[in-house]
Amino acid sequence: MGRTEKKPVRLMLLVFAVILALAGCGKANEPAAGTTETGGEKAAEESASSGDAGGEIKVGVLHSLSGTMAISEVSVKDAELMAIDEINAKGGVLGKKLVPVVEDGASDWPTFAEKARKLLSEDKVATVFGGWTSSSRKAMLPVFEELKGLLWYPVQYEGLETSPYIFYTGATTNQQIVPAVSWLLENRGKKFYLLGSDYVFPRTANKIIKEQLKAEGGEMAGEEYTPLGHTDYSTIISKIKAAKPDVVFNTLNGDSNVAFFKQLKDAGITSKDLTTLSVSVAEEEIRGIGTDVLAGHLAAWNYFETTDTAANKTFLDNYKKKYGADRVTADPIEAGYTAVYLWAAAVEKAGSTDVEKVKEAAKELEWDAPEGKVKIDGATQHLYKTARIGEVQSDGQFKELWNSGEALKPDPYLKSYPWAASLSSGS
Amino acid sequence: MDVFMLQLFNGVSVSSILLLIALGLAITFGLMNVINMAHGELIMIGAYAAYVTQNLFRNYAPASVFDSYFIAAIPVSFLVAFLFGLLLETVLIRFMYGRPLDSLLATWGVGLVLQQLARSIFGAPNVGVTSPKWLDGGMTVASGVVLPYKRLFIIGLVIVCLLAMYVYIYRSNAGRRMRAVMQNREMAACLGISTRRVDAVTFAIGSGIAGIAGCALTLLGPIGPSIGTYYIVDAFMVVVLGGVGKLVGTVFGALGIGLTNTLFEFWTTASLGKVLVFLCIVAFLQWRPKGFVAMRTRSLD
Repeated sequence: MGRTEKKPVRLMLLVFAVILALAGCGKANEPAAGTTETGGEKAAEESASSGDAGGEIKVGVLHSLSGTMAISEVSVKDAELMAIDEINAKGGVLGKKLVPVVEDGASDWPTFAEKARKLLSEDKVATVFGGWTSSSRKAMLPVFEELKGLLWYPVQYEGLETSPYIFYTGATTNQQIVPAVSWLLENRGKKFYLLGSDYVFPRTANKIIKEQLKAEGGEMAGEEYTPLGHTDYSTIISKIKAAKPDVVFNTLNGDSNVAFFKQLKDAGITSKDLTTLSVSVAEEEIRGIGTDVLAGHLAAWNYFETTDTAANKTFLDNYKKKYGADRVTADPIEAGYTAVYLWAAAVEKAGSTDVEKVKEAAKELEWDAPEGKVKIDGATQHLYKTARIGEVQSDGQFKELWNSGEALKPDPYLKSYPWAASLSSGS
Repeated sequence: MDVFMLQLFNGVSVSSILLLIALGLAITFGLMNVINMAHGELIMIGAYAAYVTQNLFRNYAPASVFDSYFIAAIPVSFLVAFLFGLLLETVLIRFMYGRPLDSLLATWGVGLVLQQLARSIFGAPNVGVTSPKWLDGGMTVASGVVLPYKRLFIIGLVIVCLLAMYVYIYRSNAGRRMRAVMQNREMAACLGISTRRVDAVTFAIGSGIAGIAGCALTLLGPIGPSIGTYYIVDAFMVVVLGGVGKLVGTVFGALGIGLTNTLFEFWTTASLGKVLVFLCIVAFLQWRPKGFVAMRTRSLD
């Protein structure tokens, strides 16, 4: 052991070098811990002028750029930045340029809350676009309510929530999951197997699905949850085989989907033997999972890259021109892009970036989104959206099998469904 | 009966993956006593090496030989991870022998740097590795019992790695020198063994095997910068449960965890199954703190 005592100085230097390298990799301009305390009052006081001093308006973009959710969230960030660029190219908002402040939530819920606080109280952004998982939104929600900031959340989610400081531009359950379950019951069979990641979205979504199955004559074949990032699905696949369901309703999130679908295929189960419908697998995820693995499986969304509207053509062209022809768009990407435009329109209408004025101006605001016409529901701050179901084709694109025909009014607490009465009171 | 067979196979298959990711660690942690937190990132390097090999084949080789890329990817992954291990050993690990806590912190930092590096080079989202056609599908043993070729291939690969390591450690001159250094460094040095070189080569071999593990994992799951973090805890569990310092212990550790994990997962759920496995390991280590196979040596501690 004598050899180890010889060079303490060199060792120290090495450790320092490693620490320096690490600090270099992270963000050097982390907020000092003490400054956040008074930040709340300041942000509230100055919210009328927050972020728009000196001919510029700062806006926050907060997504997981690393970790298990990065597969999904990086492109949403790209779409939001593109919308900001486009708006700037047209002269900005209220004649001022938008300056994005991008932060990494690192797939870690406390980090999301911390960075949201930093964006609001340090950078004094006028609004924040961000989040993907419900856990990240639930972590950020109290921060936005406390500091009276504005969050635009671009992903479909499990519903049963409204917040005066959040605009939901993704679908709530009655615009995605509920119509998908009805469609599956009518077209694919009664026996459902529920598979999801072990956190708030899949568990709540499945609670809703179970009630709906009871009410509409469906049947449960099983229910399984795996930790986020789980990669071995062999046992669950044998459980699914044994249960013989007609449909697997898949609420797995992030790159667990890669492992699940690869292993499903290897177990000799194709889309011909078993219908799977996913609510978190879009064009972007298909790239990572592999089109050969996913072809024939279904997904429920409000937007596909193949959705045929004039606005989508322009959106698609610009996106591919900016980020490369091999890039794809997807529902949350579109919803993130739409969010930026809706916020900008509300600010123009309000003539100010003041949060309360923007909220007032946003009510019943309409916009021609790539997915079709959307409208902000004043009561819930969700969007009217068209529900769609698509089948993955061998080129990685969706073929639309069904759509709701009109933009559905958001109903986050499922008040218009009698069978859902027990859900909203419970949580 | 079908389900039983399938579950038994799943258990063996999970064990083989655990064994593959823990084999390299059995050398660096088990034999050399270096707590290498960057082991997961060496797995990642192997996985990305397979991805790069695939792309090279796709872009420069005729389409007819594309499917054989995976055969080339295995030695490439080994070699790349081996060289990385060699580099890591010469610039960092050699200052850390006999100081497990220091090695833990330093290698953890190296792991973070490597993850960030991968993110800069390959991007944060996962990359797709297309499995070769000849590994698609599975062998139908009975109706409803399909054994995926990929899993069979991995089991075969593990057996080959295990045999190669056995031959190297217990039957070759280099292995004999390695065991001598591990058991009594000073004495080995007195007898004219270059302990420096043995250290470096041993660590690099452990790293290289991690690279092979990464290459094999491309068949099953996602390839991303954080792939190593999914497996690093499991790898340590296997080595600790098996008994630090013994190859055969690592095999038992992997089989124990793999089989009980699939069993519990089948009876309960994936999350609960994992918890139960942890509890079993804790209970077992209370009973036998040194793991399945304890090393008998006078020079330990």
